[in-house]
Amino acid sequence: MENRLIVAGFGGQGVMMIGQLLCCAAIDCGKEALFLPHYGPEQRGGTANCSVTLSDRAIGSPTVRRIDVLIAMNQPSLAKFAGRVKEGGVILANSGLCQGPPEGCAARYLPIPVDEEAEGLGSGKVANIVMLGAYNGAAGIFSEEELLAAVRKKLGKKPQFLGMNEAAVRRGMALGAIS
Amino acid sequence: MEKIYKRPETLAAAPTRYCPGCMHGLISKLIAELVEEYGIANRTVGILPVGCGAMSKNLFTFDVVCAAHGRAPAVATGFSRCAPDKIVFTYQGDGDLGAIGLSEILHAANRGERFLTVFINNSTYGMTGGQMAPTTLVGQKTTTTPLGRDPRTDGYPMRMCEILSQLEAPAYIARFSLRTPAGVLRAKEGLRKALEIQLRGEGFAFVELLSTCPTNWGLSPERCLDWMAEHSEKVFPEGEYRRTKEVR
Amino acid sequence: MERVFMKGNEAIAEAAVRAGCRFFAGYPITPQNEIPEYMARRLPEVSGQFVQGESEIASVNMVYGAAAAGVRAMTSSSSPGISLKSEGISYLAGAELPAVIVNVTRGGPGLGSIQAAQMDYLQAAKASGHGGFRMLVYAPATVQEAVDCTYRAFQKAEEYQSPVLVCADGCIGAMMEAVTLPEMAKAGPMKLRFFAAEAAGENRLVVTSLLTPEETQEAFNRQKAALYERWEREEVLQEEYQLEDAELVIAAYGVTARIAKTAIAILRQEGIRAGLIRPITLYPFPYHSFDRLDYSRVKQILCAEMSIPCQVIEDVRVGVANRAPISTVLHSGGVLFTAEDLVDAARALCRKE
Repeated sequence: MENRLIVAGFGGQGVMMIGQLLCCAAIDCGKEALFLPHYGPEQRGGTANCSVTLSDRAIGSPTVRRIDVLIAMNQPSLAKFAGRVKEGGVILANSGLCQGPPEGCAARYLPIPVDEEAEGLGSGKVANIVMLGAYNGAAGIFSEEELLAAVRKKLGKKPQFLGMNEAAVRRGMALGAIS
Repeated sequence: MEKIYKRPETLAAAPTRYCPGCMHGLISKLIAELVEEYGIANRTVGILPVGCGAMSKNLFTFDVVCAAHGRAPAVATGFSRCAPDKIVFTYQGDGDLGAIGLSEILHAANRGERFLTVFINNSTYGMTGGQMAPTTLVGQKTTTTPLGRDPRTDGYPMRMCEILSQLEAPAYIARFSLRTPAGVLRAKEGLRKALEIQLRGEGFAFVELLSTCPTNWGLSPERCLDWMAEHSEKVFPEGEYRRTKEVR
Repeated sequence: MERVFMKGNEAIAEAAVRAGCRFFAGYPITPQNEIPEYMARRLPEVSGQFVQGESEIASVNMVYGAAAAGVRAMTSSSSPGISLKSEGISYLAGAELPAVIVNVTRGGPGLGSIQAAQMDYLQAAKASGHGGFRMLVYAPATVQEAVDCTYRAFQKAEEYQSPVLVCADGCIGAMMEAVTLPEMAKAGPMKLRFFAAEAAGENRLVVTSLLTPEETQEAFNRQKAALYERWEREEVLQEEYQLEDAELVIAAYGVTARIAKTAIAILRQEGIRAGLIRPITLYPFPYHSFDRLDYSRVKQILCAEMSIPCQVIEDVRVGVANRAPISTVLHSGGVLFTAEDLVDAARALCRKE
């Protein structure tokens, strides 16, 4: 298994957290993981994206031209990176902000209403965790318990939100699996 | 018969390599005497500059660390923070401290680092042959101001005690002129206060000593003293510019 | 041993603490700010000292002072800041003081870009300051190797009483990977001996790079030249990867080398037999890895570097000594290689043959 992703969105949408949670889950399962952030020069706002590689073997290049999965949290990210997804790859798009599959897109396009779902769970802030779940629902790399363990470990400092984050993972996985 | 005056053990039994009439030898002796008086030779470290003052490496018999030009306050910061039991001083000339090392002295003083800076102001670069220093007086001829320092192009002499006095942290800032024996005694008492601040671990102290450079001023040692009275002391007045309550 | 997921910069800082570093001074510059920030939190926990210097120049000189006091010390910066530190690095070398300097390299020249690049090879490997000194230069390719190199850098700095450079590109500094951290070393005072003091018969601490008379300076230079020759025999580190049957050998260090490994896997699927020589020490350089290639089989050398113009090629040329053509594939300014960039370059070379 080697899964290469780009997670992209506005600053503040928690795209880096999606990438880091996936890497933490991978490492705790004995896999290899590499996270490489790309920031704009702005301290606040602007765009953010990260390259994530999850693998059963030692990881070489931190970036490749052709990726397996794009997680696009907004339309500019979708427009910028959709063309890099392999034929047969997957695009998980924040359906509230993305306008649908770009022309000639050969990847599987999964619209996920992460903002709506997050609001339904109690806070728009867990939209990125819904997306994290949706990725795993589609990619099937981790068991639900493995992903929850990473969320608890990394986000456990705010126990008052843990229940909501766990619910977000579960809801996201369900959405990703049926899409 | 009782011996009442002798060379301190902290000063090497060798001639200095300073020019005749130079005051570096005198300043080194004052420091060495105080180090001996307080019995701290085994825990004193001198951080030496680039310039004539570097020659005190072989004059002192205690530990010395030679710094890059202007960087003695940064070196002293690293050293004193890592060796809290040591008494640390820097020994710096006016080019070293007031020009290339201005940033280092300002910021070390501003952090209130635990060391003493002895600043020798003779209004010129001695070792390199008498170029304009930041402390060169208006109108003073040097090899790089052959017509005299012109403030329109060369700026004005920088008064380091006054500049440093703008900072909150320093415990003691004072300037003394070494022109007269009385001045030398006052300077030694100022150095003593500054050293005691170090012994009590109270932070940064700064003692500026007005000095001469007969070789590069082109005057006899005696005429140098007259010139100090007529010029240097007017631009660089003696005095204690900062004296925190604790300083006795 | 537990694997932890760490950012390269923070892993370097933690490795330094575990190697016994108890003094750090540095000045903010992207992309290495996590190192001073980590040290500001971490050093007080181990009774160490952190100072934010007023400049890179002050910071490296604070490290000089700390090392003179016998404390393991480090400073870090990125390319323009290393230029400023070069004075202090030369003084460290001249005064025989151990210290570790970390360069998380970015674009250049001048302010360059804040993104990852490898524009400092010649400065790092040949002349990080005036006066003809050398220092061991480690170029890690993974976060784990950044940890290992930093730890080793402290050991070597102390062993040789010399500054040692860890040259990690901005990509290694920014990326996060799983690492196993080394044990905490004992951080007692270093026992140092100084040529200048011994030459003068001193029994006190005399730290200086001013050596008089002239003959003393020359004797010091001769002693160091002999040490550098020893380093060239004993301290070279390199990785030779899939060279056994290689017809195309990629020469790359740091993050570019790991990119090359992915490229090699793709090339080999296409039947192009590619291998890699990866200098881990940029100085001393693994000339022998290039020298002992079988040039009846190796048809092409390809230098890959995030530097335009290519810098590492100057050492590769010495190793190859005209026995095979050398080409380059380059990016700079923060443009990161994809594995496919290298694959394309290799394919083009093989087509030309």
